[in-house]
Amino acid sequence: MSVLLDISHIDMEFPTPKGPFTALRDVDLKIAQGEFVSLIGHSGCGKSTVLNVVAGLYQATRGGVILSGKEVTEPGPERAVVFQNHSLLPWLTAYENVELAVKQVFGKNKSKAEMREWIEHNLDLVHMSHAMHKRPDEISGGMKQRVGIARALAMQPKVLLMDEPFGALDALTRAHMQDSLMEIQAELNNTVIMITHDVDEAVLLSDRIVMMTNGPAATIGEILQVDLERPRHRLELADDPLYNQYRAKVLKFLHERHSKPDVPTKKSVPAKPNTAPAQTAGDIKETVDNAA
Amino acid sequence: MNTATVIATKFSGLKLPQLDGTFFSNAIRLVALPAAGILAFLLLWSVTAQNIDTSLGKFPGPAAVMEQFNALHDEHQRSREKEQAFYERQEKRNAERVAKDPNYQPKIRAYTGKETFLDQIITSLVTVMSGFLLAVAIAIPLGITIGLSQALNNAINPIIQIFKPVSPLAWLPLVTMVVSALYTSPDPLVAKSFLNSLITVTLCCLWPMVINTAVGVAGIDKDLVNVSKVLRLPALRHVQKIVLPASVPMIFTGMRLSLGVAWMVLIAAEMLAQNPGLGKFVWDEFQNGSSDSLARIMAAVLVIGLIGFLLDRGMLALQKLVSWDKTAN
Ligand SMILES: Nc1ncnc2c1ncn2[C@@H]1O[C@H](COP(=O)(O)OP(=O)(O)OP(=O)(O)O)[C@@H](O)[C@H]1O
Ligand SMILES: [Mg+2]
Repeated sequence: MSVLLDISHIDMEFPTPKGPFTALRDVDLKIAQGEFVSLIGHSGCGKSTVLNVVAGLYQATRGGVILSGKEVTEPGPERAVVFQNHSLLPWLTAYENVELAVKQVFGKNKSKAEMREWIEHNLDLVHMSHAMHKRPDEISGGMKQRVGIARALAMQPKVLLMDEPFGALDALTRAHMQDSLMEIQAELNNTVIMITHDVDEAVLLSDRIVMMTNGPAATIGEILQVDLERPRHRLELADDPLYNQYRAKVLKFLHERHSKPDVPTKKSVPAKPNTAPAQTAGDIKETVDNAA
Repeated sequence: MNTATVIATKFSGLKLPQLDGTFFSNAIRLVALPAAGILAFLLLWSVTAQNIDTSLGKFPGPAAVMEQFNALHDEHQRSREKEQAFYERQEKRNAERVAKDPNYQPKIRAYTGKETFLDQIITSLVTVMSGFLLAVAIAIPLGITIGLSQALNNAINPIIQIFKPVSPLAWLPLVTMVVSALYTSPDPLVAKSFLNSLITVTLCCLWPMVINTAVGVAGIDKDLVNVSKVLRLPALRHVQKIVLPASVPMIFTGMRLSLGVAWMVLIAAEMLAQNPGLGKFVWDEFQNGSSDSLARIMAAVLVIGLIGFLLDRGMLALQKLVSWDKTAN
């Protein structure tokens, strides 16, 4: 397994009026080409922060991110982001939103006709061809999210970063989108990091589920390898004992964190940064032991 | 319907009758009620006017003002006829002299009659629009730059905050002196008085536009800025594709605000400086002190109000045309 993306021991401190706030401590993760990894954890633990560091929108205080052997220092289209609230430009149509990205990334290499074809192809991939000349305020939430995904895919990124892409959608639309995403993933073999709050979504889509401890100074608590055969079908999986086992494991992790969220992290509050790392390491060991 | 109207109807205390067809309720809302309001105003005006005696006679009621509108129109017609006649005579005289002496260089003099009411309206309109456009050309680039750079914002903000509350009329003497000192071409392209009024208008428009533009630019949705960063849009393209469209609603708010204030200030400046325009018309009539003066001033007041209203509507129409955000009102 060759490593495409190496998130190497990153710490993230935010300067706040009350002094530095340590959001992440020693987050370390290696991701292979074509892998689908989801990040799960309680609200506010630091999932978005991890994603933003990989995207280059935040600079890690310590450690760094290496993508195909090169360190990430700024945002770029090879790490496309699908934002939680679609963030389409409201004054452009679906087509134009994707076009802006395509022109910027392929403007020099593709002819006008090729670009047009590529834009339409990507909108087709997310089943948005019928409404591609509509503006964001004329289409539904699910459709906007599809366009957001099309825009990201159209950049042909090495890694696709998705921050709760379906969080704002109703259950039915969500299921549709998950199926679409699996299809696209099967076809393009993208490398994906997706943040989610939804345990079923995580198990259904992921090759690995990365569970994060509660903040402050959040880190990776446990990683679950999901060895379910692809293509996966949600209805068949519902009765699959292995699927339910995975599901239970994630739920258990989250529940333990939730019922006593302070126990493992209280010791490593950011006030004493020089003593904290040792304890964090202990925490990780503890959680892994817990889970095993 | 937007929230503002909803709230307005909720709290106006005036319950509209719930008719079945929206056509009827719309007809009442858009035609009948405004008409009733105007009618009531006219009635109140004529009754009140009858009871106010001034040294120039009774305060003019609607009828007297209407009469003056006609008189002003006639005066304009007559003045145009005179002008026409003047040019015809001049042309004829020149033609005769050229016929006598082929080497004669015909002199063409401009007609210098008194400006009519319509001339004054046009002067004021041209002045306000020129000053406004000059302000747009300065304020929008400046506002965008300030909005994009926190450091620049910190540097310039105190200056803006201090100059913003200053009435542009306070600048007028300074502007007049500076223009007289610096604008000394023997064959000026535009009159000094025009330049004075124009600069006053520009000064007045500048601050609200700079502030609104800067606030709009600084307040762009962070996600949209992140999209631009992920795409690595170059600075100029970032401004063109993200910043400008995103802040168009705020820019227009600033433009409408300034144009409204500019129109008011211009009239006052024209009165104060005796610069040609509607303000001068009002002042001249006041100095004139004939029995028609008050009615003529009242006519000017109505025209000033109407033009101010039309300017605002015009800006709104332009905003609707240009902006992606169609909810403005
Ligand atoms: N720019 C910032 N400045 C200061 N603190 C921040 C900043 N961004 C995030 N944080 C803090 O870092 C912690 C992690 O935030 P983050 O947004 O990554 O959480 P999250 O796991 O994505 O939460 P959610 O699931 O609710 O989206 C939070 O306590 C948050 O308050
Ligand atoms: Mg988040």
